[in-house]
Amino acid sequence: MAWLTTLPWGQLIINGIALGSLYALTAFGIVLIYKTTDVLTFGQGELAMFSAFIAFTLLDRLKLPFPVAFVLTLVFALGLGAVVERVLMRRAQQGSILNSIIVTIGLALVLVGMAGFIWGYEVRPFPDPVTGPPFLFRVSPTQNLVLTQLSAVILAVTLVLMLLLFAFFRFSLVGIAMRAVAQNRVAARLMGIPVDRINALGWGVGAALGAVTGMLIAPTNSLFPNMMGDVAIKAYAGAVLGGITSLPGAVVGGLLLGIIDSVAGFQAPELRTTIAFTLLVIVLVIRPAGLLGRREIKKV
Amino acid sequence: MRQSLFPHPKSLLLVLAAALLPPLLGVIPGIPVGYVLYLVCLALIYAIVALGLNLLIGYAGQFSLGHAGFLAIGAYASAVLTQRFGWPFLLALPMAGLLTAAVGFLLGLPALRLSGPYLALVTLGFGLSIPQLVLWRGELTGGAGGLRDLPPASVLGLELRSESAYYYLVFLVIVALTLFARNVVQSHTGRAFIAIRDSEIAAQAMGVNLTRYKTTAFALSAFYAGVAGSLYAHLIRFISPESFTVILSVEFLTMIVVGGLGSVSGSIVGALFLTALPEVFARLPVLKDFKNLFIVVFGAVLILTILFFPRGLAGAWSTRTRPIPPPAEPAARPQEAV
Repeated sequence: MAWLTTLPWGQLIINGIALGSLYALTAFGIVLIYKTTDVLTFGQGELAMFSAFIAFTLLDRLKLPFPVAFVLTLVFALGLGAVVERVLMRRAQQGSILNSIIVTIGLALVLVGMAGFIWGYEVRPFPDPVTGPPFLFRVSPTQNLVLTQLSAVILAVTLVLMLLLFAFFRFSLVGIAMRAVAQNRVAARLMGIPVDRINALGWGVGAALGAVTGMLIAPTNSLFPNMMGDVAIKAYAGAVLGGITSLPGAVVGGLLLGIIDSVAGFQAPELRTTIAFTLLVIVLVIRPAGLLGRREIKKV
Repeated sequence: MRQSLFPHPKSLLLVLAAALLPPLLGVIPGIPVGYVLYLVCLALIYAIVALGLNLLIGYAGQFSLGHAGFLAIGAYASAVLTQRFGWPFLLALPMAGLLTAAVGFLLGLPALRLSGPYLALVTLGFGLSIPQLVLWRGELTGGAGGLRDLPPASVLGLELRSESAYYYLVFLVIVALTLFARNVVQSHTGRAFIAIRDSEIAAQAMGVNLTRYKTTAFALSAFYAGVAGSLYAHLIRFISPESFTVILSVEFLTMIVVGGLGSVSGSIVGALFLTALPEVFARLPVLKDFKNLFIVVFGAVLILTILFFPRGLAGAWSTRTRPIPPPAEPAARPQEAV
């Protein structure tokens, strides 16, 4: 086990956190949509990608300043999410849960194809929202730990969004209504909650979160229709690891997965995903509802 | 209750028509018979996977996003056994199925504790890991380059080199496996699966052994995929890790949902439909000019099928001929009951 001590642990963990915050950010949208509508979406990454393209067009073609483009993209995504719910999901949810999952897969395909059709498949650079030298942490005379400013911003945004969303679900009336709808549609409707509107809002906010994700991941991974492929799978894994209904769980799961990815990728790059998922299975067998998830009590 | 082999004259007719497919294709001018038959073989091989997956998801209510992994295990097992160890194809085919079933049994173990998105994640991880493990054990599996020039399938010394010969092989296997699936569904085991799908707790209370039937469902489903993998390997005669991506697992899932969950015929219909769809689109003159629109149309067809045929194509087709089990609610929403 000599390799355990020779690994550059500090830098690997920092890289892992930087990577993991991308996963966590994407996982937020997945968790939010699952929490409010009970649908496990496979379109979150593609929603993020599509919004990033919209932001790119606003920035690059229309030469809008970043904050304006940012807000306009958020509004666009909010609308897109609500339309997706109204046109597709509301009908799909009348069937089995698998029907909804397949519809989100279809949505992902449509979004990738449209992005490819409109903007093409070439890889483009996305303007960095922050520029500046990376942060250096001096740990020893010979060694510095490096964290880029963009990674720091992503991490900060992730944590702030987690707190905001957590408070939203805990304290605001709309947030509580969303939780009620997820828990029991019929009872929620009987309590006077407009279930359809709440679902549309859930998808809208989920898509808006996706837009933030897309605009922050595009500078790191560049912009192309399949840019979210790997991130989305890991984000999904992170969300489940943390407990699919828990927002703090998404952050813990995402960051943990990033660190595992980074260490495993350094030690055995060819088995990176296998190692990550083997650890996941072990964790899930011990805690079947994820690290921070609560076990559902089933009625017969 | 005993049932005849072909309870409906229609299904017997369908089987006969399918048996006559190769000569019938030859009559129609302008059709590349070899290529069409190759595609039909591929679709039927995918249909075998879909049959197994539907037993797992549509009947037993367990989720899998990793069936491409099972297909890969079957394909590699068969390829290595015939090419490296010189096994005859007729032995390698069931062996591939059994080996894959053993792996399926093991994957069924975590399923005893997990459900819904958690189980989906474990199976997704399995599907992602198999190609990585294939790359890792390169000396046995040929690594990224894959295994080429696999020996052609041979039955009792007769080499099946032509597409129509191979078509009959695949055809016989799928007829046998369809009948087997139908018998499983109507047996004690099938009823236990359905009971678990509808309510684990109620099933347990009725004396259904969850451990036994969940692992059985996984092993059985994997067996189908393993047999399909063997047929796949000897149809294409070249396999590499890239042939077994998660996208393929998602396609299998799509096939059974579009075809009809909890329906044996739906699995086959879905597989044929989804294999034919891209081929047809690729030939439509309008879509040919806009290559990327093809994915859009594919996604849109998927969505529209689900929206307008929520019980799948088979559900829409057969409601008047024969009652099918109610649409599955895997990862049941227990909260729905007030």
